[in-house]
Amino acid sequence: MSRSVTRVVPLSLLLLGLLVPFVPLVMWTFAAEWRFPAIVPQQLTTRSLHVLAAPSSQVLHGLVTSTVIAVTVAAVGCLIGLSAGRALGLYAFRGKRVVQFLMLAPVIVPGLAVTLGIQVLFIRYGLADTVAGVVLVHLVPTVPYVTLVMASVFANYDIGYEEQARVLGAGPLQVFRTVTLPAVLPGLAVAALFAFLISWSEYILTLLVGGGVVRTLPLLLFAYVRGNDTAVAAALSLVIVLPPLLLLGLTARFLTRTDSPVVGFGRV
Amino acid sequence: MTSAPAGAASIALRELTKSYGAVRVVDGVDLDVPAGQLVALLGPSGCGKTTTLRMVAGLLPPTAGDVAFDGRSVVRLPAERRPVAMVFQKSLLFPNMTVAANVGFGLRMRRVKRADVRARVAEMLDLVQLPGYEDRRVGELSGGQEQRVSLARALVVGPQVLLLDEPLSQLDAGLRVDMRDLVRRVQREVGVTTVFVTHDQEEAVALADGVALMLDGRIEQYAAPRELYERPATVRVARFFGGRNFFAGTVVGGIWRGALGEVPVPGAPDGPGTLTIRPEAVRLGAQGIPAIVRSGDYRGTHIRLAADAGGTEVCIVVPPTGAPALGERVCLELPPASCTVLRG
Repeated sequence: MSRSVTRVVPLSLLLLGLLVPFVPLVMWTFAAEWRFPAIVPQQLTTRSLHVLAAPSSQVLHGLVTSTVIAVTVAAVGCLIGLSAGRALGLYAFRGKRVVQFLMLAPVIVPGLAVTLGIQVLFIRYGLADTVAGVVLVHLVPTVPYVTLVMASVFANYDIGYEEQARVLGAGPLQVFRTVTLPAVLPGLAVAALFAFLISWSEYILTLLVGGGVVRTLPLLLFAYVRGNDTAVAAALSLVIVLPPLLLLGLTARFLTRTDSPVVGFGRV
Repeated sequence: MTSAPAGAASIALRELTKSYGAVRVVDGVDLDVPAGQLVALLGPSGCGKTTTLRMVAGLLPPTAGDVAFDGRSVVRLPAERRPVAMVFQKSLLFPNMTVAANVGFGLRMRRVKRADVRARVAEMLDLVQLPGYEDRRVGELSGGQEQRVSLARALVVGPQVLLLDEPLSQLDAGLRVDMRDLVRRVQREVGVTTVFVTHDQEEAVALADGVALMLDGRIEQYAAPRELYERPATVRVARFFGGRNFFAGTVVGGIWRGALGEVPVPGAPDGPGTLTIRPEAVRLGAQGIPAIVRSGDYRGTHIRLAADAGGTEVCIVVPPTGAPALGERVCLELPPASCTVLRG
């Protein structure tokens, strides 16, 4: 019995902590009138949902833009992280420490400072105000995390399996498909999730490079917050939170596996 | 038996060298393995034997020299295009596949038809005495079973050359002997040219048609197992094979003279030479070199004695029954047929 108590109590607290912030969001979404000191809204309405559902709200457009950008960032970031992480995790080479530090630099230096410099270049090369430009600038804060995750995956990876596959007649592509990919897939899923989340919730970088032309969901949200329409802002927040939650649910088995190489982020 | 390879290839290594910076890990190795034979590459850890094997497999590019199968150089071919298969120290079974999928791996890479793969896998599992193991998970296997699956996986592709890199070193002593016999039987049955890397001299001698002893990146001697024991080429070879008796002296006219007196060594060239005799070849008799037994170590099947022959220590191995006591005076006979004179 004590065992079930020690499990149930912390679990409930954890769930409570995770869910409580959503309660006011849901209440604001449906509140028509909610004045101090009332604990719950005095009047309820579904106006905010109607506003969001209307084409003029641009929510659908924002959802598509955000998804395209976040998925592309995750895919490109994973490709870079896969090769960079393999190099850092598996091989010893001259200047490895310097490369490791430089990989982390974008996380340490404020993204804003970097972007202001990058923006000039982006305007020169016609990347400003484009989706491609936003994808590129989102990669700046994304790649370090993806690389770190993949480096720790490859640090615990036995390259012997690849050699075994080669002496059994597998070419480079066959080795990757049959041996490497299945082995690093859990870590890769986690890395992709991180990349998606970072891109999905990015605001400043999108605003600076996208110039307000590329409108992702966070940009729309800020517009509503500034417009003082709390109900619509709350409803939009829920829309923004849902896709990441869905993804988290899908990759949860990789995150919670006890044999997952990502746990504790390895030795990097 | 339908699993005989398309043709077992002979192997020729010529001046094969691998350097890391100034260190020559493999230093000009020449080795010929006739088609169908099993040769052991024997040596202590760090002698370069695994590096040599990896160069034969194509997993490591040599710094210099050549690897040829049936007289054709393969040194430019990547590992996957050489007609070799390799079993490593760790079984390296792919954890995301069943036993059958593991064994069939090489055939799938060669795009063999599914039904043929299934038949060949069953045949190979029979060969390594694991019939019906197709659907087992890799994690359910014991260490010995893992290495047998690993062997089946290597043989299924019909390699012309089979490379074994200490495949038994992680098994228990008893199992190792059983597996050794299985490897030998399977190799004979399939007829594939095999190079077996090991640091265990007993394993090498029990398995191989020929043994190449490798020390410090060079092949010190390459001969039949018995010859290495009985006719070592150098003091280092004799020491590696358990030789303990080395006596400095000079050969004049087929007679060796040194601290132990005179020993006839017909055929030995004149000049300085080290006389060696295996501890088990020394006889205790009624006449010969007088000595006093100084110590005796009981080793179960035998007793190892150290005898003092006028200031020179001689190591002798005798049966446990009837062994002389400590301090006893004995006479040592050195049968000429068992004596060898070595240079250096």
